[in-house]
Amino acid sequence: MIPGVDGFMYPNEVELQWSILIVLYPYITGLVAGAFILASLERVFKVEEVKPTYRLALLTALAFLLVAPLPLQLHLGHPERSLEMYLTPHTSSAMAMFGFVYLWYLMVVLLVEIWLEYRADIVRMAQTSSGIRRFVYKLLTLGSENVSPAARRIDDKVGYTVTVIGIPSAFLLHGYVGFIFGSVKANPWWSSPLMPIVFLFSAMVSGIAAVLVLYMAAMKVKKMAIDMRCVDTIAKYLFYTFIIDFTLEMLDLVHRTYEADESFRSLDFMVHTRLWGSHVILQIFLGTLAPLAILAATQFWKFREAVRRGLYLSAALLTLVGIFAMRWNVVIGGQLFSKSFLGYTSYKVDFVTREGLVPAIFLMLLPFIIFVVLVKLLPPWPERETAGAD
Amino acid sequence: MDISRRDLFGIGGKLLVLASVGATLEQITGAAPPSDAYKMADHWWGMLIDIDKCIGCGNCVRACSKENNVPEGYFRTWVERYQVEEGKQPRVDSPKGAIDGFPPNTRPDLKAFFVPKLCNHCANSPCVQVCPVGATFVSPDGVVLVDKSYCLGCRYCVQACPYGCRYLHPETNTVDKCTLCYHRITQGLTTACCENCPTGARQLVDFKNPKDPVHEFLRHNKVQVLKPYMATEAKVYYKDLDGSVR
Repeated sequence: MIPGVDGFMYPNEVELQWSILIVLYPYITGLVAGAFILASLERVFKVEEVKPTYRLALLTALAFLLVAPLPLQLHLGHPERSLEMYLTPHTSSAMAMFGFVYLWYLMVVLLVEIWLEYRADIVRMAQTSSGIRRFVYKLLTLGSENVSPAARRIDDKVGYTVTVIGIPSAFLLHGYVGFIFGSVKANPWWSSPLMPIVFLFSAMVSGIAAVLVLYMAAMKVKKMAIDMRCVDTIAKYLFYTFIIDFTLEMLDLVHRTYEADESFRSLDFMVHTRLWGSHVILQIFLGTLAPLAILAATQFWKFREAVRRGLYLSAALLTLVGIFAMRWNVVIGGQLFSKSFLGYTSYKVDFVTREGLVPAIFLMLLPFIIFVVLVKLLPPWPERETAGAD
Repeated sequence: MDISRRDLFGIGGKLLVLASVGATLEQITGAAPPSDAYKMADHWWGMLIDIDKCIGCGNCVRACSKENNVPEGYFRTWVERYQVEEGKQPRVDSPKGAIDGFPPNTRPDLKAFFVPKLCNHCANSPCVQVCPVGATFVSPDGVVLVDKSYCLGCRYCVQACPYGCRYLHPETNTVDKCTLCYHRITQGLTTACCENCPTGARQLVDFKNPKDPVHEFLRHNKVQVLKPYMATEAKVYYKDLDGSVR
């Protein structure tokens, strides 16, 4: 008997190949895509209520996007060769093409949109600050210091166009992550045409929840008033998106159960044993049904502001845990059963190894550190409010 | 010049000895044939496995491990033992890939047989499809190989292989797998596993060689590939494969 193994695994399957770092990767890219889509609500669809979170959402997306490739790099057997994916890509590989989707999203969409949005502020800060800050802002102007109304109108038009391109790009970014898993025909837990769309909606759910939490936390830190119209609207969007996400996931579950192909018995057993805690308890009950119930309650009943804030925060935090559990169950769950459907292995997270818990926690904290730096560098709040708070 | 019958026997005998010594030397030393002797385009390699002939001795696993320096705990080839009870899930074991053979069968009343496994060298290989840099590829003579100087170690191919034939080599940190003993077959030799199989259960075959016995074999026997629904165009054919085998 091999420790941790029940039944029969092909001998090379006993050891898991994709670790907790690969769980982080779809989780982080999901937060990026979701945050950007929330930001685009204001810009393209003119949802004025969410305006206070527009810049915050963009910075959130950037902070997470900068970290997204790091877990992958740390996971590679030869990270020094990773650039080969761009230099000599294998065009039939979903993973290789994702590199280009990522670059497109980072360089063409997000950085351009943030720069255009902040350009006038950057120019102003370059003129009013001094020392190293002045130098940094000077660099960020990229030599373009014309902030006349005509120039701002052009910024706005180009920014709008970039956001319009950005929405399908954000869809592509995370839909494509789903495709990386969904297109593996050897693995019935992953192989599903629903995978890209499930990933996309779960990304939107997690990104919206993350912005909601960050907005409320930032207001608390800055001692600024939370705009209740804003959080009410975001919570409403979170609720609606979550319903679609949950419906899609249940559709996948019902479909698998009803079809009950040769893999079903094995997968069903896995969900009832090794994945019970992370899938049924954490993902479905605590991470989906509980926040959905809370959000539904806020839609049907009128609560006081303080209560609403508490409920929104609880729902958003539970959502973030639930979506993390979902990524875990996809990535780790997909490797716990044998492709012979005759056995199961187990996964124990290492602690301080290269793919262990410590680097994973660090990588999960890193976007928040970057976020704080970005907020310092590019304040997302109007000057008067910031000044008033200071 | 007169050639007597004695001379003729003498010359013939010498030629016979030389030929046999030549062949043996080549097999023993693995000496490279002349550069134009092996043309990749003239071959399309695969394997035939006769389930009924396999006795589960593990010779093939040991030979492969030694020939290719396979790290301990990982397998380029392994043997599974199936014990099938009517109407139930099969019981399967493969202790250490059967490198030391198998313990005695505890259920002699059940249908039991051995199934040697290795890379199926699929012509439509999912592992090749997903490699982000093309480090794994199908050679022109039909062997799925990994260029370890190029592999990133992302292990997407390990996930994509339906048969569990790949692993990350713990020393090179690149993906490793059966090469069908490419260093041997391009020298006119057979694979280490085939050479060491005492019953001839494993046979290296060349589908492009019209004289290869595989053509006669396929004409007269019922064969199957593993997981045919994966449509990978696997080139390892099994004779009399039981439906329970995964």
